[in-house]
Amino acid sequence: MPSPADRSYADTHEWHRHEGDLVVIGLTKYAVNALTDVTYVSLRPVGTAVEPGKPVGEVESVKTTSDVYSAVAGQIVETNAAVVEDPSRLNADPYSAWLVKLRAPGAAAGLSKLHTAANYDAKYPTA
Amino acid sequence: MLLKTPLHDFHVRHGGKMVDFAGWELPIMYKRALPGGGESGGIQDEHKQVRRSGGIFDVSHMGRVNLRGRHAARLLERLCTRRIRDMAQGQCRYSLVCNEAGGVRDDVIVSRLDDDEFLVVVNASNRQKILGHMAQVQQAGGLSLTIDDQTERTAMVAVQGPRVVEFVGKFSREIPGLKRYTFAVKNLLVVKLMVSRTGYTGEDGVEVILPASMVGLALKLILKDTDPSAPDALIAPAGLGARDTLRLEAGMPLYGHELGEETSALEAGLDFAVTLDKEPDDKGQRFIGAEALLRARDAGGPARRLVGLRLEGKRSARQGMRVLVGGAEAGLVTSGAPSPTLGHPIALAYLSRAHSAVGTGVEIDTGSAGAERLRGSVVALPFYKAPKPAPAAPTPAKA
Repeated sequence: MPSPADRSYADTHEWHRHEGDLVVIGLTKYAVNALTDVTYVSLRPVGTAVEPGKPVGEVESVKTTSDVYSAVAGQIVETNAAVVEDPSRLNADPYSAWLVKLRAPGAAAGLSKLHTAANYDAKYPTA
Repeated sequence: MLLKTPLHDFHVRHGGKMVDFAGWELPIMYKRALPGGGESGGIQDEHKQVRRSGGIFDVSHMGRVNLRGRHAARLLERLCTRRIRDMAQGQCRYSLVCNEAGGVRDDVIVSRLDDDEFLVVVNASNRQKILGHMAQVQQAGGLSLTIDDQTERTAMVAVQGPRVVEFVGKFSREIPGLKRYTFAVKNLLVVKLMVSRTGYTGEDGVEVILPASMVGLALKLILKDTDPSAPDALIAPAGLGARDTLRLEAGMPLYGHELGEETSALEAGLDFAVTLDKEPDDKGQRFIGAEALLRARDAGGPARRLVGLRLEGKRSARQGMRVLVGGAEAGLVTSGAPSPTLGHPIALAYLSRAHSAVGTGVEIDTGSAGAERLRGSVVALPFYKAPKPAPAAPTPAKA
């Protein structure tokens, strides 16, 4: 299944969806496949100032622990408590199981450097 | 170029997520699309399937080295930390192979096929190293035997779980009667199988070695009455991910994690597998590494011990993380994962002997800046022990 076309994709396997002043960040199907069963999600608290390439949280699977990065600067305004509560939502549907929302007024420039869905899927095919 | 096992097509057909493991392409887990949407499978499901009923693992990547000839036993006595000569035909024995310093070259299972014939199962990552070591010891001792690496012309599957022996009983009356760590050679139609009551999951079960060309037929026979994708399947495919969490719960060491060239055979908690007083051979030679291990023992034993850790919270410790006791560094984590059976994270770690007692409180430095330390304590191994099977119902007295 192709990745949704309404977002931008980083080489570190996060999707970013631009919604006005907000950027919503989650993990791609490719990332979730590589992690295997996700067992634990830890997100930085609301209010945290985020810089590009700095972690907004960590996800842990049976096999490994991995940081989640933002590609843009901003401030965390909301985290997805439902995914923290039930990390298996990430495995079930990574494109609706968002992780954090950033207030990021100047995000457009940073997002334009990321992959489109088609480019991302071509570079990182999921079987 | 990755090596493919004879079960490769089987993995792909069952939705195996293939990864590179020691140069072999093997499934870390299986994913299957469910008819109503979503997916089944995954490491934790496969793990629970094995603890509940049974799982089938492709372990064809493990090295299988046949040693035959009049000096086969003599070579193994030099290599192995346990006695070989007193093994009966049909017996399997876990042993370490050490370097001169008493570090672990590999951990292996030796099976005695005949007076002058043995099969040694070695770790995939150590196969070339052990073959080289065997050849070197053979040459140094002028030993007469054939070292025959059968890995790529045979397959090996492990079938593990509490209901496996009952299941195997459908094909053979002899196999359920095998004691742990023994094997039988069976003919199943035209397929010659070596079936041993061994495994690496903490469950009862068997491991089967068969010719590579016969794998398709054997799998059809084994799985003919079962749909391995059904949620109540007696036996379902399980991948390397579940194999790792199962062995971790069972407290079994994994080469490259708990064992390595720099790990002393004595500190790994494998004393049962090191026979320090094993007799020298008729040339006065002990097993390789014996002198170093005897010196270590006489100097008061190893300075660190392998221990189990139970952690609070949800985060797991991972290989290489530092373990602290009372704020001071006391050791390193070698393996860690959330335990699917117990529901909390578990880990194996080497701790200095002073801090290795059960009940010792520990903290773990995850290495990520600003992250809180994980808290836990030393617990007895294994983390999980399979319940003993219920005794067979007494035969009713004849009226």
